[in-house]
Amino acid sequence: MLDDFILRALAAGIGVALIAGPLGCFVVWRRMAYFGDSLAHSALLGIALGLLYGVNVNLGTVIVCTAFALLLVWLQHRKVLATDTLLGILAHAALSIGMVAISFLDNPRFNLHSYLFGDILTVLMTDLYWIYGGGVIVIGLLIVNWSSLTLMTIHEDLAKAEGVNTVWSNILLMLLMTIVVAVSIRIVGILLITSMLIIPAASARQIVSSPETMAMLAAFLGVLAVLVGISGSVEFDTPSGPSIVTAAALMFAIISFAAVLIRRHRQRSSS
Amino acid sequence: MTALVSARNLHVIREGKAILNDVSLDVEEKDFITIIGPNGAGKSMLLKSVMGFFEPEKGSVTRKKGLKVGYVPQRLVADHTIPISTRRFLTLRKRAASAEVTNVADETSITEFLDKPLHVLSGGELQRVLLARALLGDPELLVLDEPAQNLDVTGQLAFYKLLDKIYEERGVSILMVSHDLHLVMSSTRRVVCLYHHVCCTGEPHMVTRDPEFISLFGNDMARLMAVYNHDHDHSHSHDHDHNHDHAHDAANDPKVIPRKTSGGSHVG
Repeated sequence: MLDDFILRALAAGIGVALIAGPLGCFVVWRRMAYFGDSLAHSALLGIALGLLYGVNVNLGTVIVCTAFALLLVWLQHRKVLATDTLLGILAHAALSIGMVAISFLDNPRFNLHSYLFGDILTVLMTDLYWIYGGGVIVIGLLIVNWSSLTLMTIHEDLAKAEGVNTVWSNILLMLLMTIVVAVSIRIVGILLITSMLIIPAASARQIVSSPETMAMLAAFLGVLAVLVGISGSVEFDTPSGPSIVTAAALMFAIISFAAVLIRRHRQRSSS
Repeated sequence: MTALVSARNLHVIREGKAILNDVSLDVEEKDFITIIGPNGAGKSMLLKSVMGFFEPEKGSVTRKKGLKVGYVPQRLVADHTIPISTRRFLTLRKRAASAEVTNVADETSITEFLDKPLHVLSGGELQRVLLARALLGDPELLVLDEPAQNLDVTGQLAFYKLLDKIYEERGVSILMVSHDLHLVMSSTRRVVCLYHHVCCTGEPHMVTRDPEFISLFGNDMARLMAVYNHDHDHSHSHDHDHNHDHAHDAANDPKVIPRKTSGGSHVG
């Protein structure tokens, strides 16, 4: 029989994979990978503030990441510097301020490593509530706004001409990412969150031919990576977050290789 | 006859520069208006104002109640990271019966690649797809922003021929920004020559008499504007090249609120 903590770990990992897959499609389409990474870096500041002031760490993360995203939107609007420059400044500033704040904590039990790479085997029931509560919000908003967001991704002005509020839609995507970052920290850690968004979506892209199937397959492949990763982690006593991402990366490699072979085969048979 | 869209005394200011300066424009039923003008003249801004993308600083845009507008942007860069078929793109965020999709696809000759992924299509094919998408829902007004800008000459000819056919068959009104006046001359009912303000407007046949104009068109907009009959009330010489700074407009015109101009800004 499986232990309770492994069941909770599986439930948490599956939950994160189900949210991160579909949202990850937009990260891949809209080239928001660096944004996701920066957002995750800023989460450390949220954790530090949460611990310092005794606020729930997830809530602290959502607040700091939201502030980060809104600050970025405002700076982008001023159009003085390129977005990746702004992200580089904001991300590392937030990371550094977070580290400085943590040094004030003076808590010997604080385990930085678990925040950087995740510690899925310490997942509590409250974490599960956060993951599934946040997940329902993210998936719900994605489904309701799906065609608007997809159209905006293909052509922003066309979407605007057809009545999509593109400013709000951009902010919505950022807010959804802050939720995913906040609930994923426990699972894969700050440094690996972006991979849960990108790798399943990028793997799915090579097989599918519609945006909707890409989202669904990304969720499925994410779940697969979580199952393989956690089993491997229990079996070989490896850190859980990196094990999940290793599984996802292997999956990506296999699918890419298979996709190349299939394409060659098709070309040969058609010629 | 009531206008489909009526823009009254539009003023649009960006970064301290008057992009649109007291521009009025009425689009009637079965109109075919082509807006011409040099780069940075505010042509796209005028279209965007008419489309209601933003509120103008001054002036108003009134649309006929329940007006259905189809919009065709300058170009679509179909990204290969998004897996989407032409058919799915056409109906994305649109409610269209499959019979209507079939008809519109037939009308714009895109039937053969309806089920192909969008990113494998050529520039000309993509523009026809955009036109097809704009036609879904049977709009009363088509707004096109330099729709053939990125096509080669054959592609441009084919596109405008198609547009002409759609105009004749559907009786739809067309408001278009285009540099290719020589190609749309026969269909265009009215030409609006824009340089932040409406320099001149009128039927294209008055300029078609001059063959030199046709050969020069597109190469030297400044000389085109000199050929045209200008009816505006202030004088500025038009024998200079068209990258010139029009700041004196803002200085001379009392209607424009002077603002601090930030460096490095450009007229978009």
